[in-house]
Amino acid sequence: MKKVKQIRVLKPFDLLSEELVFIILDLISPNPSDLKSFSLTCKSFYQLESKHRRSLKPLRSDYLPRILTRYRNTTDLDLTFCPRVTDYALSVVGCLSGPTLRSLDLSRSGSFSAAGLLRLALKCVNLVEIDLSNATEMRDADAAVVAEARSLERLKLGRCKMLTDMGIGCIAVGCKKLNTVSLKWCVGVGDLGVGLLAVKCKDIRTLDLSYLPITGKCLHDILKLQHLEELLLEGCFGVDDDSLKSLRHDCKSLKKLDASSCQNLTHRGLTSLLSGAGYLQRLDLSHCSSVISLDFASSLKKVSALQSIRLDGCSVTPDGLKAIGTLCNSLKEVSLSKCVSVTDEGLSSLVMKLKDLRKLDITCCRKLSRVSITQIANSCPLLVSLKMESCSLVSREAFWLIGQKCRLLEELDLTDNEIDDEGLKSISSCLSLSSLKLGICLNITDKGLSYIGMGCSNLHELDLYRSVGITDVGISTIAQGCIHLETINISYCQDITDKSLVSLSKCSLLQTFESRGCPNITSQGLAAIAVRCKRLAKIDLKKCPSINDAGLLALAHFSQNLKQINVSDTAVTEVGLLSLANIGCLQNIAVVNSSGLRPSGVAAALLGCGGLRKAKLHASLRSLLPLSLIHHLEARGCAFLWKDNTLQAELDPKYWKQQLEEMAP
Amino acid sequence: METEDDLCHNNWGSSSSKSREPGSSDGGNQTFAGFTSQQKWEDASILDYEMGVEPTLQVFDEMKASGQANVDFLQGVRAQAWDPRTMLSNLSFMEQKIHQLQDLVHLLVGRGGQVQGRQDELAAQQQQLITTDLTSIIIQLISTAGSLLPSVKHNMSTAPGPYTGQPGSALFPYAREANNVASQSQNNNNCGGQEFDLPKPVVVDERESHVVEEHEMKDEDDAEEGENLPPGSYEILQLEKEEILAPHTHFCTICGKGFKRDANLRMHMRGHGDEYKTAAALAKPNKESVPGSEPMLIKRYSCPFLGCKRNKEHKKFQPLKTILCVKNHYKRTHCDKSFTCSRCHTKKFSVIADLKTHEKHCGKNKWLCSCGTTFSRKDKLFGHIALFQGHTPAIPLEETKTSASTSAQRGSSEGGNNNQGMVGFNLGSASNANQETAQPGMTDGKISFEEPFSPMNFDTCNFGGFHEFPRLMFDDSESSFQMLIANACGFSPRNVGESVSDTSL
Repeated sequence: MKKVKQIRVLKPFDLLSEELVFIILDLISPNPSDLKSFSLTCKSFYQLESKHRRSLKPLRSDYLPRILTRYRNTTDLDLTFCPRVTDYALSVVGCLSGPTLRSLDLSRSGSFSAAGLLRLALKCVNLVEIDLSNATEMRDADAAVVAEARSLERLKLGRCKMLTDMGIGCIAVGCKKLNTVSLKWCVGVGDLGVGLLAVKCKDIRTLDLSYLPITGKCLHDILKLQHLEELLLEGCFGVDDDSLKSLRHDCKSLKKLDASSCQNLTHRGLTSLLSGAGYLQRLDLSHCSSVISLDFASSLKKVSALQSIRLDGCSVTPDGLKAIGTLCNSLKEVSLSKCVSVTDEGLSSLVMKLKDLRKLDITCCRKLSRVSITQIANSCPLLVSLKMESCSLVSREAFWLIGQKCRLLEELDLTDNEIDDEGLKSISSCLSLSSLKLGICLNITDKGLSYIGMGCSNLHELDLYRSVGITDVGISTIAQGCIHLETINISYCQDITDKSLVSLSKCSLLQTFESRGCPNITSQGLAAIAVRCKRLAKIDLKKCPSINDAGLLALAHFSQNLKQINVSDTAVTEVGLLSLANIGCLQNIAVVNSSGLRPSGVAAALLGCGGLRKAKLHASLRSLLPLSLIHHLEARGCAFLWKDNTLQAELDPKYWKQQLEEMAP
Repeated sequence: METEDDLCHNNWGSSSSKSREPGSSDGGNQTFAGFTSQQKWEDASILDYEMGVEPTLQVFDEMKASGQANVDFLQGVRAQAWDPRTMLSNLSFMEQKIHQLQDLVHLLVGRGGQVQGRQDELAAQQQQLITTDLTSIIIQLISTAGSLLPSVKHNMSTAPGPYTGQPGSALFPYAREANNVASQSQNNNNCGGQEFDLPKPVVVDERESHVVEEHEMKDEDDAEEGENLPPGSYEILQLEKEEILAPHTHFCTICGKGFKRDANLRMHMRGHGDEYKTAAALAKPNKESVPGSEPMLIKRYSCPFLGCKRNKEHKKFQPLKTILCVKNHYKRTHCDKSFTCSRCHTKKFSVIADLKTHEKHCGKNKWLCSCGTTFSRKDKLFGHIALFQGHTPAIPLEETKTSASTSAQRGSSEGGNNNQGMVGFNLGSASNANQETAQPGMTDGKISFEEPFSPMNFDTCNFGGFHEFPRLMFDDSESSFQMLIANACGFSPRNVGESVSDTSL
């Protein structure tokens, strides 16, 4: 008896109830490696973890039988990492997860057919969501199989180009509970199929009809849907004023309408489209063919509750913008990206009315000057996101005001602007700044960057692409101050050396690291990052000639989460490549080296990386690699990109920008 | 022959005389007129079968160019088909009966002149009396004709009607007119000269091509749903079943041959002698209506089938507009569908024109519903699917087969799936059909068995579905994968059927 008692005392976790452990697991689940170490603690933890996990994202479909046996409560299965999912794999899913499975993502997978889908549909009776996007070979007969999944609520069929109205009709009749349907790029589906969907599936909330050859006819049925909240009509060229003329609807539930790139839709059609949508919140009219004038803006009369409007790429008049500001003064988001005709007058009169504005995108509005920025800073104190890439007329003084007035800024894109260190000092007072893009800002130096490093401790993303004034000093202040940094781009900052990499390795959350064209970084610095940044998923080392196999060996050993790597134009050989096969989830690999790679080594490396989806190689390798190997890899789900560009000498950064400006209109 | 002639005489006379004297009793006349036109319409459909025999014979007639000889010849040809002795006894029996009836009518005619005052009640009684007698003659006639059926195989439609039944069939369309004969016997004398002139309503109909009539016919039949005449504002007429189904309307008074068109009869009459070759005899009988006559009471027709919505006894009686409607309605609704499409061997029709219309498009309809109904236009299919619960677009087999050729496993499984789907949906739609007829709302609307369209649809669709797909299922069931699915999933068509009907209910 005494012995038994002792044993019980030795297992203190027995006292924890299952529910409590589950709560703990809920809290640690964001990090997969933590869960892994938890489950490896002891047998009971292993079982508890197996019982607890609901969602799975396996790297290989071959593992499905094992992992589904272990995780019996799987509800969400994401197979986007498995390029090849056979009918057998699907029937395994059906048999092992059967009724518990609720969501399945096959959007990146191929090799399965209607037979597998049928088994899935019949076994997984509670399947609510399925993503079959990119099944370009899918035909109507296969769609009829999908219709067997009666409980389906969310269905994505993006780019299923072979589907026609008949297949959609089958789905519409079979899956009555659908509430989210995406038919983007299903170019074979027309008015009849979509109309039937609207007639049969009354619960539809979100409907994506982008790039479908539909006309306004089916919209009559669609807008009768009682619960419709989102309607996406991007690039529907058939939707024109004439077919919408007789449209009378009262779709009070509609919250979001995307009519971008509808070339044949003018303000008349839009007026009838918006006539009953009194509660519309988000409207996307990007790349609309007509000029956003006073007339056009008058079509927005009915939607005064609008919160977000996108007018990307439209030609706008000052009157039109003013009218929008007057009609929809509760706007929180405005996007005028690439509206080259926006002037200071128009933007000022718009933002003056929008006290609530949170997000503003004026990318490439090249006519804007300091006047606009001053007006924005003065009228919109709640601004959270400001994107103003390439507003090159805005003088450096304007940025001082932004930092002073818009203290809530979280996202700031100042790429290709005249901002200087003083501007950065002002911006550093935006304490919640999360994303800062300073690409091609030639006026900034380490001094300015150190303000940011000291002030913006929440910074997650920093872009210093071609900001050539930056050296190791600036990077080290950032690495010290911004420990949450996840993404950094120091491409073409030629003064950066290994020191920066060593200091950046303190940012243990780093996921994306781009240091393209940095001649001074070596494998040593890379090894420092590889060792300490366990989450590293994307790395770009193109044109870093000092990087060699040693760096890759370190990566292969330590960075088990690496998904994408670019080692083109480096000193890497097939040895380094082969070592990368150790990384299980590696998906994209780019090795466009004109020399130094032996075909046999490349072949071995490609074979080793079982989860490879995309390989970018030098065109000369195409003929050297055995054809059967290429076929084999393609069958496994790997796509090849053959490049034959030769390495060009790096230009002087100042000259580079000058060239860029000459090219710009 | 003499008696028959007399009778016909009377009848022609009475109807034509009546037509000159409208208002008093056009009822019978109208019936007759309508009926003849109906016959003519029928003629159009049966003609196909008959064509093979008649025209050649007619050519032969003309070559012979003798009056009586051709009749003999014809009868000689036909006589090989049945036993003439039995026929003769039957005919003489009928002749006797007709004599009796004739006497009766004569009596009535005599009395009718004396008791002019009580004509109305008397007329009713007389009519009843004569109708009873006539009906018994008709029954006799039909049974006589019917006795021929087994012996006459292909010539069925040509042989028995005209020859065996000539006296009776010459009579029975005019059952109602016996009454008129009684009341208007004073006109009898006038009509001697024009005994072969048909009453004008026939002429009116004659002018229209039968194709047009077909369409009109259908349209009227369908459109009638919307007509809302207050009850009592029209006169209801009801033809008997036998009258509706009679193949011929016009009979040669000399040889008894039956025709569907008066024009054909007139052409035929030329063979009986020169007196029929005069321009007057060959001319179309002219319309002799009296201008400024009283407005005619609208006539509507009742279907003789008890319990039918088109029967006047029905609570929600909906009258039929014309005799053509009566005829089509009766055939479509209360007769067997004896005409099968020679292309799909699935669809059956009771009206041959329907069959022809179908055959024109059969096979061209590539848009297929799970219920088996096919459509020539995709939007019609989608309209159909949108309207009915549980129906789904059926993916054409070719597509399934092409994908089968690309990968064997894939194809077979698809085929298998289709089977299950199809069978399931068939069950579903069948239950739907029942349900829809059960729902009062639905029967009031477009979908009801009353309508010529829907019963045909529902029947054939289910059959169609079953005909088409089980075949495929058996074909495919040999593939191992199908078996695998069926076994592994415990999946049977019945299950799907149930589930589908659940959702559809």
